[in-house]
Amino acid sequence: MFENIGEMLVLLWRTVQALPKLFRQRQKIYDQLFEIGNASLLMACVLALFIGGVIALQTGPVLTQRGLSSAIGGLVGLSVCKELAPVMMAVLIAGRIGSAMAAEIGSMRVYQEIDALRTMNINPIHYLVLPRIVAITISLPILVLFAVLVGWFGGGLVAVLNEKIGISFQSFFVNLRLVVELKDVLNGLIKSAVFAIVIGTVCCHQGMVTIGGPRGIGRSVTKAVVNSIVLILILDYFLTRLLLYFDK
Amino acid sequence: MSPDDNSPSAVSTQSVDVRVEGLRKSYTGNAVLKGIDFEVARGETFVIMGPSGSGKSVLLKHIIGLEPPDEGRILIDGESIQDPGVMDKYRLALVFQSGALLNSLTVLENVGLYLTEHRLKSPQEIIRIATEKLDFLGLKNVRDRYPSELSGGMKKRVAIARALVIDPQLILYDEPTSELDPLSAVVIGEEILSLKERIQVTSVVVTHDRDLAFGIADRIAFLHEGQLLTVGTVEDLKHHAHPVIHRFINIDFQTNHSSDS
Repeated sequence: MFENIGEMLVLLWRTVQALPKLFRQRQKIYDQLFEIGNASLLMACVLALFIGGVIALQTGPVLTQRGLSSAIGGLVGLSVCKELAPVMMAVLIAGRIGSAMAAEIGSMRVYQEIDALRTMNINPIHYLVLPRIVAITISLPILVLFAVLVGWFGGGLVAVLNEKIGISFQSFFVNLRLVVELKDVLNGLIKSAVFAIVIGTVCCHQGMVTIGGPRGIGRSVTKAVVNSIVLILILDYFLTRLLLYFDK
Repeated sequence: MSPDDNSPSAVSTQSVDVRVEGLRKSYTGNAVLKGIDFEVARGETFVIMGPSGSGKSVLLKHIIGLEPPDEGRILIDGESIQDPGVMDKYRLALVFQSGALLNSLTVLENVGLYLTEHRLKSPQEIIRIATEKLDFLGLKNVRDRYPSELSGGMKKRVAIARALVIDPQLILYDEPTSELDPLSAVVIGEEILSLKERIQVTSVVVTHDRDLAFGIADRIAFLHEGQLLTVGTVEDLKHHAHPVIHRFINIDFQTNHSSDS
């Protein structure tokens, strides 16, 4: 994976250089946005609901035992918006959208469609990579925002319904509002935008370097998803450190 | 020809000549092209024959700039395609063996892709031109279909239509009749000839189909294991003494069934 990071950065740099062509490619960006939203929103919401719920379930009884039940809202609120929603949504999107990107571009490469574009003087980075990376960078933070709200709701629901916690919806959200600030939500959104760029770049790059037949495409898809997830988790640590530094 | 004149009957904006000099290419130490030299004149149909795996498709990819040579150069009208801006200056088209149509686009979108992406015409004009090129190749009622719904021969004709939209000065064909039945192969061969007559385009055709090669070639080259064994007319090739060429040209499938009856 790491031996290709140079190539991926070159691809990203070329995509950034192609940004002035963005307006021309707007239709493809809309199509991709629709594709990503349509394919992922419901799944993202379901996932977020259960993530929020399980955090409340794991921490609620322990905090309640120690008379800290009022802190559950803040704990669920912060962990969902700063960490769990951005990371879990990025992992979901890497599996759901990143794999499709690698497969589509990979099969275009294998079946010489990318060569055909080149012979027509159409730059594959402008035609294929730019719309995908831009669309995923717009849509992942939006999905994360949805996930944060639904995750909080899921946490609140468990805090209310679980007999070992049993606090009111109101006290859950009063504490959440006391603890969570706008910058915490922004923190998660910044992370998710970086993760989106990582997923887009890794998966498009993997598609572009696909060789062989159907087997090669399969290998590329697996590599694209695994590499994206590994990079997301590694980057998550360093991004958290960086954002904590600015948080002071 | 004015830029607005895209009618199929119009004469192409001047065809180009091609010169390949000392072309060498290796992949992971395995030499595929071992020093290729030839010239193609303006408006000529130049056929490169040879057995499978002799390096024919790789040679075409070099001529259109998809692969950089290890050594040697390719000149279009005397200008090296490696030099910056040269490939943008000339309109070259490659008809891929598989057609290489974009599977996510309809036939009409595929044919109009060059004009759409380079914003050379209005959307209505692009539809008109693409439909015209499809009609020209006898492809009616397929414009809204996807490539996966087409037969092999239709895909190749759509690929030729897509190449014509560029208004090419040079068309390269990679095995245009492979995987086709004899009837479709003849249709494709006739189309290559009629294009030459109607738009005087320079054509380089790579094939191992003897009938096609002899039917359309002005001159013919024989490529074997990365080297050109000969370049000449069809008659020169038919009477060539080299054992590989002689065998390739004259071999026929023989069975013992006739002796059983």
